[in-house]
Amino acid sequence: MAEATAPKSYSLDAVKKPLKRARVNRPSKLRTSITPGTVLIILAGRDKGKRVVFLKQLESGLLLVTGPFKVNRVPLRRVNQRYVIATSTKVDVSGSDVAKFDDSYFAGEQKKKEKKSEGEFFETEKKEKKVVSQARKDDQAAVDDKILAAVASEPLLKEYLSARFSLTSGDKPHRMQF
Amino acid sequence: MTKKENSPRLYVRAVVLGHKRGKSNVHEHTSLLQIENVQSKEDSKWYMGKRLVYIYKAKTLKNGSLYRSMWGRVTRPHGNTGVVRAKFKKNLPCTATGRRVRVFLYPSNI
Repeated sequence: MAEATAPKSYSLDAVKKPLKRARVNRPSKLRTSITPGTVLIILAGRDKGKRVVFLKQLESGLLLVTGPFKVNRVPLRRVNQRYVIATSTKVDVSGSDVAKFDDSYFAGEQKKKEKKSEGEFFETEKKEKKVVSQARKDDQAAVDDKILAAVASEPLLKEYLSARFSLTSGDKPHRMQF
Repeated sequence: MTKKENSPRLYVRAVVLGHKRGKSNVHEHTSLLQIENVQSKEDSKWYMGKRLVYIYKAKTLKNGSLYRSMWGRVTRPHGNTGVVRAKFKKNLPCTATGRRVRVFLYPSNI
């Protein structure tokens, strides 16, 4: 058994030295295949199979993407890099200004926990219908307009973005060139 | 929109071959899977780390569904001809042998 070394001081108000290895949160490294304007295929969630346009990586590491909404009903949303396949197709997104979007923009509104009265306690929770704010719609339009123009200039790109990716019989994803 | 458009298949089909085993000793913590159209060790390396789900039906409703799932991950190749080893959060039951498992395309590395 190893001998315990005596502490350097027995002082009662010994100050704890802060650990030098403080954990730093860094955004996940962006794959080289993903650059602004890359068309990505979303692999899971309500938008699975949809081809969306990548805009930028947010501070949390999540990717900011847009359908564009008019093309495939995918709004400005965040997506995890690991749940996405990057294709070789690129769209020109230099016209869109996405500087103002960050993680706090997408943070959901904090639901206030209201104390339920006796009568309400036995009622099932009323589901409030989620309404998209006009500000969000305006932001969507502002970003999408330039992208839609770029999409329109390329033949078949609009049809490509509105079609969903799906695997069919005989497909070999490990051999596919995306 | 056709049904295909609305519910695209974003998983690869696979079959459970059984558990990792020798002749008499069975290691239930690892299952062997045969992924469709994967016939070599090189090809199967693409699937390493991909998430899996074994879906089965039960008699009673749980979470609003009669379907239940067991999740896992592809861990490593098994042999030279595309068979793959997988570990599930809870070991797969023996009734899963010969049945379908879905191999998703995530976590993606493309």
